[in-house]
Amino acid sequence: MEPIIKVRNLYKNFGDLEVLKGINLDIAEREVLCIIGPSGSGKSTLLRCLNMLEEITSGEVIVDGNDLTDPRVDINKVRTETGMVFQHFNLFPHMTIIENIMLAPVKVRGLSEGKARQQALELLKKVGLSDKAEVYPDNISGGQKQRVAIARALAMSPKVMLFDEPTSALDPELVGEVLEVMKDLAKEGMTMVVVTHEMGFAREVADRVIFMDEGVIIEEGTPEQIFKNPQNTRTKEFLWKVL
Amino acid sequence: MNYFITHMSAVFPFLVKGAVYTVIITAMSVFFGTVIGLFLGLGRLSKKKFFSIPSSIYVDSIRGTPLLVQILIIYFGIPNLYNMITGDRFTMNVFVAAVLACSINSGAYVAEIFRAGIQSIDKGQMEAARSLGMTHRQAMRYIILPQAFRRIIPPLGNEFIVLLKDTSLLSVIGMEELLMQGQLYISRTYASFPVLLEVALIYLMMTWSISRWVDYMEYKLGVKR
Repeated sequence: MEPIIKVRNLYKNFGDLEVLKGINLDIAEREVLCIIGPSGSGKSTLLRCLNMLEEITSGEVIVDGNDLTDPRVDINKVRTETGMVFQHFNLFPHMTIIENIMLAPVKVRGLSEGKARQQALELLKKVGLSDKAEVYPDNISGGQKQRVAIARALAMSPKVMLFDEPTSALDPELVGEVLEVMKDLAKEGMTMVVVTHEMGFAREVADRVIFMDEGVIIEEGTPEQIFKNPQNTRTKEFLWKVL
Repeated sequence: MNYFITHMSAVFPFLVKGAVYTVIITAMSVFFGTVIGLFLGLGRLSKKKFFSIPSSIYVDSIRGTPLLVQILIIYFGIPNLYNMITGDRFTMNVFVAAVLACSINSGAYVAEIFRAGIQSIDKGQMEAARSLGMTHRQAMRYIILPQAFRRIIPPLGNEFIVLLKDTSLLSVIGMEELLMQGQLYISRTYASFPVLLEVALIYLMMTWSISRWVDYMEYKLGVKR
């Protein structure tokens, strides 16, 4: 089967700093891919290149058949296929939870208010926050915010979900509730790319794990291979430090 | 004491007439200034030099010159320029010149207020909106501007207060606003202290009202939540 995301020879510079140095990657439909690595390794930048939140310096990123570097491709349209969840949630603070979820379906997809509301309520139920629909983001916990952010991304019915360190800004006791929602998503067959420091999650849920350092993919394999039997010394060092 | 009360009550109707002009000019200039400021503010933030450079030039040159000079240029300078070019005469309407000068001036300050307000919004907000497939314009309209607007209410209120006080400069072109009305009365009676005191008190009342209105708006839009 044709991979839903293809990355070919991707380079990304910030000024003189080379952050990504030739990344090649295929992501299959229904696959859960976890990207691990030390901070500054370029893993978040790679994820952000997948929906063009970072401009691509050179190389190709093809999402669902659309080459993102092709100027004829409508990037806004492609982005509706890739939901993104951020480390700092980025909920819209001037809107209630349900308005946060309804906004894009109404304004981008052209859904009616009624349908969008119904869909938003179903998504809130799914992430276990039905009672928070009319509350403002300031009044819920970090874990709840992140679950809302997941619901907001899902409201666009994306084909792929991108997670950028979704639990790194959370108090330790709130991490579990977010990971539970993500596990449920994985079980439903959602294609997921997760940049994470949660090795437990990667080991349990990922189909494949990628270890990145200094802008290149050092090693990739099943969680079993990466965590039990890493081949590269840098992978070994990293895992020794975090586990 | 009798002298005080006599003059203060005799001048009152004139001052009310002047205050009405002051309020009308301020209100119109606030409106046009905000429209100009919004576009210039967005222009300064634009990545396209076609928009950002003219906006910067406008803001820098208006902020860098005194309002008094701007008023004189518009009222006396422009008709003179027109005469130089065409050889015809035309007189600028005082009221039009007044609103024009104040709008152009306030637009530059409001532009900076908008720019600062928009830049103060976390960039994650724009990223979240764009990641949902919104265009830059939609993200601005539904996400960035509503949040920026709440934050700029206090400095915007401040700018309106400054503008209201600065309309007193319009007396130099003979606009019959509050201060001018007072001066006209003083030139007939020489009762400068009671009249100027009353003029000052009326300005204070008006600026105080704007302050209270700004407080109310802050409360209503949840700035202080």
